[in-house]
Amino acid sequence: MRVVVDLTRCQGYGQCVFAAPGVFAMPGQEALLYDPDPSDEQREHVLRAQAACPVQAIHVDRLAGHVPGPRPYPYPAADAGDGFRRSGRIVIVGASLAGVRAAAVLRRDGFTGSLTLIGDESHEPYDRPPLSKQVLTGRMPLDHTTLPRLRDLDAEWLLGQRATGLDVAGKRVRLADGREVEFDRLLIATGARARPWPDEAEAALDGVCVLRTIEDATRLRRRLETGNGRVLVIGAGFTGSEVASVCRELGRPVTVAERGAAPLAGALGKVIGGIAAEIQREHGVDLRCDTTVMGLDADADGRLRAARLSDGTTLEAETAVVALGAVRNVEWLEDAGLAAGVWGVGCDAGCRVFDINGVVTDDIFAAGDIARFPHPAYEFQFLALEHWGNAVAQAEIAAHNMVSDQTRRWAHLALPVFWSNQFGINIKSVGVPTFADEVVIAQGSVAERRFVAVYGYRGRVTAAVTFDQAMWLEFYQRMIERAAPFPPDFAMVGRPAEMLPVPAEVPPRIGVAQGATVVVTGHDPSERRATLVRRPQ
Amino acid sequence: MAERSVFKRILDYSNRADPYPLYAELRETPVVRDDGRYVVSTYREIVELLHDPRISSIREEDVAGGGSAGEESLPGLPPAFIRRDPPDHDRIRRVAMRHFGPPRSPGRVEGLRGALSEIVVGLIDGFAGRTQVDVVDDFAYPLPVTAICRLLGVPTEDESRFRVWASALVEAIDPRAGAAAERRRVEAGLELRAYLNELAEARLRQPSGDLLSALVTDDGAEGAMSRDELLSTASLLLVAGHETTVNLITNGMLTLLRHPAELDRLRRDPGRVVPLVEELLRYEPPVQMLPQRIALDDIEIAGTTIPKGATITLVLAAADRDPGRFPEPDRFDPDRADKEHLGFGGGIHFCFGAPLARLETQLALSALASRLENPRLVADPPPYRENAALRGPRHLLIEFDGIVPSPGT
Repeated sequence: MRVVVDLTRCQGYGQCVFAAPGVFAMPGQEALLYDPDPSDEQREHVLRAQAACPVQAIHVDRLAGHVPGPRPYPYPAADAGDGFRRSGRIVIVGASLAGVRAAAVLRRDGFTGSLTLIGDESHEPYDRPPLSKQVLTGRMPLDHTTLPRLRDLDAEWLLGQRATGLDVAGKRVRLADGREVEFDRLLIATGARARPWPDEAEAALDGVCVLRTIEDATRLRRRLETGNGRVLVIGAGFTGSEVASVCRELGRPVTVAERGAAPLAGALGKVIGGIAAEIQREHGVDLRCDTTVMGLDADADGRLRAARLSDGTTLEAETAVVALGAVRNVEWLEDAGLAAGVWGVGCDAGCRVFDINGVVTDDIFAAGDIARFPHPAYEFQFLALEHWGNAVAQAEIAAHNMVSDQTRRWAHLALPVFWSNQFGINIKSVGVPTFADEVVIAQGSVAERRFVAVYGYRGRVTAAVTFDQAMWLEFYQRMIERAAPFPPDFAMVGRPAEMLPVPAEVPPRIGVAQGATVVVTGHDPSERRATLVRRPQ
Repeated sequence: MAERSVFKRILDYSNRADPYPLYAELRETPVVRDDGRYVVSTYREIVELLHDPRISSIREEDVAGGGSAGEESLPGLPPAFIRRDPPDHDRIRRVAMRHFGPPRSPGRVEGLRGALSEIVVGLIDGFAGRTQVDVVDDFAYPLPVTAICRLLGVPTEDESRFRVWASALVEAIDPRAGAAAERRRVEAGLELRAYLNELAEARLRQPSGDLLSALVTDDGAEGAMSRDELLSTASLLLVAGHETTVNLITNGMLTLLRHPAELDRLRRDPGRVVPLVEELLRYEPPVQMLPQRIALDDIEIAGTTIPKGATITLVLAAADRDPGRFPEPDRFDPDRADKEHLGFGGGIHFCFGAPLARLETQLALSALASRLENPRLVADPPPYRENAALRGPRHLLIEFDGIVPSPGT
């Protein structure tokens, strides 16, 4: 059986752990780990856990089922009147979370035409978040990450096939083997890949890894299992920090080299990043901030031996994990005439893709890590998100809009939410923490590592981040949606003795390699101009 | 008497058997002021307030009097964590959870399954030779108190004493109970406190693997719990987990007897008890409302401003019948896909004992369904207890033709 927990909804009630302790575990106060492919003898327990979840975040053998609560718009979608829902042709390029979720929603909402999914990985689609957590610790076998019930989905699967081009006028997708696939409507969901180490020769050394795919996870897991030398993590974004956490859990010595002033600073700013730094050091991480890795050295057999750091030291390391963020898979769209660039493919809030002049297309949609869309809560700036929850939510909206006429379309206006598990702590975020000038600890205690940090920009609340305090997150989400004044000044439970807003110290302009997972890419004139973006060489 | 508010009519005992039409009336105004109290009845608003840090669970009399007047705590002890706010609430609950559930003790409740099954089998075996029983007194009442004794580690020979104290404490929750009952409550409370304290001492000297041993020997890694806080917590588990579970089981049997097709399906497929209990928690929850929370600041909600200092009542059972959230809310439908009910509350005060209550009720209802031959209600509606918040039948007389042997015997 296949289990997926929507960890953006999970608030850490732990009811699933009571019901199925063999499948679900909470290593800390809130952080939930689970086996997505439990054995059949666990079925009864898993169904009990699913029923017991107070926020109904557990999906068993499905990826798009019932959506709780009344819908804001008519649902399911009405037919556009041209018979498209009955006999149209939809092609989805990208067969990971967003693509698969969209396919499931299309079928759920009554699309009976032909459905084709094209994916460059040859495996069945799988869930990525466990790869940097329970898979890497060895708690869970690698092959347990497959996404639920895909064989039942009536679709043509072209797996292991890379899309290499798009002919918008001719409505055709070109594949690497020269084949062409025709469509009436297209969903672009090609996501992102790990940014490789810039020096190709060094990147090829035995012991230099990235972490994005199941192959990456297999390789890294094997190295963590068999070796005992030092692990060097290059980049202290969420992936890098989670890898460092796993290394410490396994008792491995680990050094984290971060170019910025603190871990997670690209996503959460330097103030909260500073707390993350303390946590890393408490757990025995050799954390070196403001430090760049200048080069990687090999022994005579081509095995990684050491790294040269900008602080002048040389560090012996057995494994290096390059965690420098992601590169969006836009190369295949280079000549398509769409608004595709390093930040992804521009689309409207209804997931319809813009062409290179900023004119919206009718039949081409985007969702997931590849999509870049305007958000009204952030002055209509374009957001580019690399979040599990965003892929799921946006894919549903894209799928809905693909089969709906213009009076029934939905807008993707949900606030960004993401989570990370590291060093036994569940970090959750709502809103855009980098869209901030100040931050304040509004509830809890930094010393106890249980707190709520609220971010403000020009006097209104724009984001909140919790460390093991997820149950309060909804409250702050509503404050963001209502543009509530910052700093929050309520009498409330768990309020610290002193509430002192300090500069958030978020990066002023985020470099593409800094590993932020939420970025506001701006709407200044230089970015609005339609220019053909070439892959950075 | 047209002036009487909807909320007053809900509190009126004559409406205890079926408050649901009144809840529908109440929901027409999501936040309504009734004297000084703000009554909230719609799903969305209640979920918001359950996660609103501007709401306190500390009662004024607790602050003023030093000791607790709340029924969940014993006389002379500090208020239990259910009546406290962070950070104290979080600390005490966290220490208690260390030994009750995840992360450290995930198997504690599941580990009681075998023992609880045996208790259920024994209670139903006791029906042999009879054709009429009171589901409350003969079944639903003894089960939770025995369960809590097993959990805490109260020796079997003391269980009967424990049961007497438990009834005295629970009896006084009923506002109509009177001064004599209150005197018995205080006496029982002092005796129970002395007993628990003595048991805690014994477990400190010689731990024996039960919850009380674990609490008393806790190493303080997640924060310390004083002896008084420990005794408060233990009595909370006893009292708060008692009446509620009795009502859940009794409401469950009543609902099944009113829906014979569901009873029949449960008899044929015991696995159905899992979704059925969730639907029961939505449809006939034992905790109908959280009567007393306090606004620490002005709170704007659903077009109303609840002023600082106001008492807030969250009518969970009305929210769970909110048609804005659940389609056909008045239909009992265990196949309902959406199980996001508020039967156990939500937010940081989410029912601590929920996993135990679920386990007990699942075992109880599936056993009653499979072993009673042709069960039927003697009276519908049955007589109810006074309490509008912890609502449930005082007695539930049922007739049946006989009992079938337990499959395990």
